[in-house]
Amino acid sequence: MNQQSSVLYDVPGPRQRRITLISSIAATFVLIAGAYFLVYRPLEEKGQFSMDLWGPLVDPSNEYFSQVWDRIGYGFKNTLIAAALAILSSLVVGTLLAVLRIQLKHLGRRRFTGLAAPMSYLARGLTTVLSAITRICVEVFRGLPVVITIFFVARGFPEFGISFETLWYLVIGLTIYNSVVIAEILRSGMEGLPNGQAEAAAAIGLSPLQTTRLILLPQAFRIMLPALISQLVVVLKDTSLGFIISYEETLNIGKQIIGVLDNPIQVYIVIGLMFILVNYSLSKLAQYVQHRLSRGRKTAGTPAQNPPPATLTAQAEGTGGI
Amino acid sequence: MRISRIAALAAAATLALGVTACGGDDAGDDTGSGDKSFPAGSTMERLNKAQAIKVGTKFDQPGFGQKGLSDSPEGFDVEVAKIIVKELGIPESKIEWVETPSKVREDVIVNGTVDMVVATYTINDARKERIAFAGPYYEAGQNIMVKKGDTSITGPESFQDGAKKVCSVTGSTPAEEIKKYVKDVGSQLVLFDTYDKCRDALKGGQVDAVTTDNVILLGYIAKDEESFQLAGDNFTKEPYGIGVKKDDTAFRDFINDTLEKAYADGSWKKAWDDTAGKFGAELGEAPAVNRY
Amino acid sequence: MNVLIDKFDVFAGGFWLTLQICLLAAIGALILGAVVAVLRISPVPPLRAVGTGYVNIFRNLPLTVVMFFAAFGLPALGSNADFLRIPGLDLIFSRLGTDLPYFRFALIALVLYTAAFVCEALRSGVNAVPAGQAEAARSLGLTFGQNLRYVVLPQSWKASVVPLGSVIIAMIKNSALVGFFGVVGDLSQTADQLTSAEGHAFVPVAIGISIGYLIMTVPLGALLDHIEKRQAVAR
Repeated sequence: MNQQSSVLYDVPGPRQRRITLISSIAATFVLIAGAYFLVYRPLEEKGQFSMDLWGPLVDPSNEYFSQVWDRIGYGFKNTLIAAALAILSSLVVGTLLAVLRIQLKHLGRRRFTGLAAPMSYLARGLTTVLSAITRICVEVFRGLPVVITIFFVARGFPEFGISFETLWYLVIGLTIYNSVVIAEILRSGMEGLPNGQAEAAAAIGLSPLQTTRLILLPQAFRIMLPALISQLVVVLKDTSLGFIISYEETLNIGKQIIGVLDNPIQVYIVIGLMFILVNYSLSKLAQYVQHRLSRGRKTAGTPAQNPPPATLTAQAEGTGGI
Repeated sequence: MRISRIAALAAAATLALGVTACGGDDAGDDTGSGDKSFPAGSTMERLNKAQAIKVGTKFDQPGFGQKGLSDSPEGFDVEVAKIIVKELGIPESKIEWVETPSKVREDVIVNGTVDMVVATYTINDARKERIAFAGPYYEAGQNIMVKKGDTSITGPESFQDGAKKVCSVTGSTPAEEIKKYVKDVGSQLVLFDTYDKCRDALKGGQVDAVTTDNVILLGYIAKDEESFQLAGDNFTKEPYGIGVKKDDTAFRDFINDTLEKAYADGSWKKAWDDTAGKFGAELGEAPAVNRY
Repeated sequence: MNVLIDKFDVFAGGFWLTLQICLLAAIGALILGAVVAVLRISPVPPLRAVGTGYVNIFRNLPLTVVMFFAAFGLPALGSNADFLRIPGLDLIFSRLGTDLPYFRFALIALVLYTAAFVCEALRSGVNAVPAGQAEAARSLGLTFGQNLRYVVLPQSWKASVVPLGSVIIAMIKNSALVGFFGVVGDLSQTADQLTSAEGHAFVPVAIGISIGYLIMTVPLGALLDHIEKRQAVAR
């Protein structure tokens, strides 16, 4: 970050340093004053700092403390379970989808000359239809809000006589959305690879499927690892949507606690901090991985300064969901 | 190291198996499920044999069904459900409580996600098209809660001025009812997923009133008498019933019989006194069950 | 399928309300995001810390939590978000001007949340400008402000368009949450209302609501793909 900034302005001289110092002090002052008058004072006046409200959350000697944290722990466990299941199934489905789309693209180029004329038309028609269907699925599920997908799954599946535990509605809803996103991340990763990779694979006699499996996919995973980890953050945040279908994740438990203790602001601050802590660590991990990877690639002789455009979009795509 | 861990796991697993097995036996002895017999093929027999039941209730309704700091809900609806489950010969510990907010209650019954719904569930004709009701076991009425000392709202007609704002819950009967009185839904009606949020909105001054059944409002008023009061009398009658599958007349009759028994032996009144009765709401006469 | 035709006005109304909140939130988030981005690369350390802190907080919170603080934290701070009742603007966006503040609260939450991602998208654009450009500008004697204005930002804009577009698409999808925080009549709340309270068949309603969102997201996504391909060729 500092390196980036210093590109934009000169290393400050004595006068500039003075100006920076003065404006720093002024800015700090304004910020603290603003926080005091706009946030602290109104909250204090409404008694939001009273121990009656905070006690159950922060004071171990409070009569509710252990119960409250038992419940929050239970909710957090449910959040992690849902997130873990969702990300695993999204990875599996997403990879399959990416491979399928790449394969269909290859098949689309083939002429099926070995077959009789009607069969070859049939095969080509089938490929076109299949790839159109996958394309439409990707567009539709990528374009729908996750909330709506989860809502539709939870309401729609029972409509057709399929019913599960609430957990699975949430996992399926999250998987539908995220597997499509992950498939796109992987696909753009594979298509972003130099053509030479696939050509060399073909030259040594690998079939398209083998090429994808042995050559393209492993490299795409490697390049896209940071984007995939960012997607994990998205999934973790999205599990909080479980509240609309009554899944007992952290926020829903928080709601139940608030119903009894009547301290919404305090409970939400604590839960918010938990989310920030976990997700911040995950983002840091993603950064670390990216750093290691770019270093690795530099030594391999590939310029890592300008990531391919695909990487950029994939990362921005990671902001999807909630 | 590894071996010892596996051994420990195996030991733990055996232990756990042993414990559950014993537990199963105990439960069987306690309930004496043997001395209850139900018509073959009936829902009662199926539930009794399975020794398990899923009951839908609210998790956010003080006095009726609220799940707070413990892991099972408490309230009048919960107690009524327990009376019925006991009559089925199933121990309390075998009830699986499922949260059923207002908007999903018909669906969970139709889809068979739960075996019955006891969740401040108003009996009405529209709902009878999809499900069936046993009961009623209580008669509430829709009312309006305002800030203490607010005299500008006297009843639902007060919302015809086009300025007063009112809050209720998505998909609930009160929300549909109040739409008849509100002049401009977009700028006067707020819908949340829980009444707690409505209460907070009233306290914060974003809305002028919260409307739903009197007993729910009384729960909030009992908790915070300095802030809230009711505005006027109930303007609807809301008989609470127990939702079951539409064609399951045998189960419905069974629940109705059980309710009448509970009226007679005082367990119905005790359930009320232990829960919603603490808020000062009237229990009134036991409502006659409606066998349609 | 009748519900799609019978209730067309309800669907259309929901679409229009969702579109309103998305338009306003997009404008707000672009402005706030740009401010935060400038803070994040500014030479004054406390401002930089504020920018970084802002992004880290809002990027890692679920939107549900942000929505909650807007809808219940702001009233606790004594604000009804009345500063958003901009005269003139509320003629088109009628919900802005009503006494009922939840449309404004939802808008604030969406803007605060999305701004963090806008900031990151802009920063990725700035990062994409070769360092030599900024260095050359500095050697010409341009200050930080001039450097950004005349050299870096005009070039970074191009690299930011695609990530910014993705952020806006994500925001449109995120707006589905406002229906659960007191905004009556947007697309997602309409879905809930029609299927739960009014008992219409599920499948046609689901189709109608999906079309409503896809009309907004798919063409935008296609446009972005197109821009991205053109840029890739230009490179």
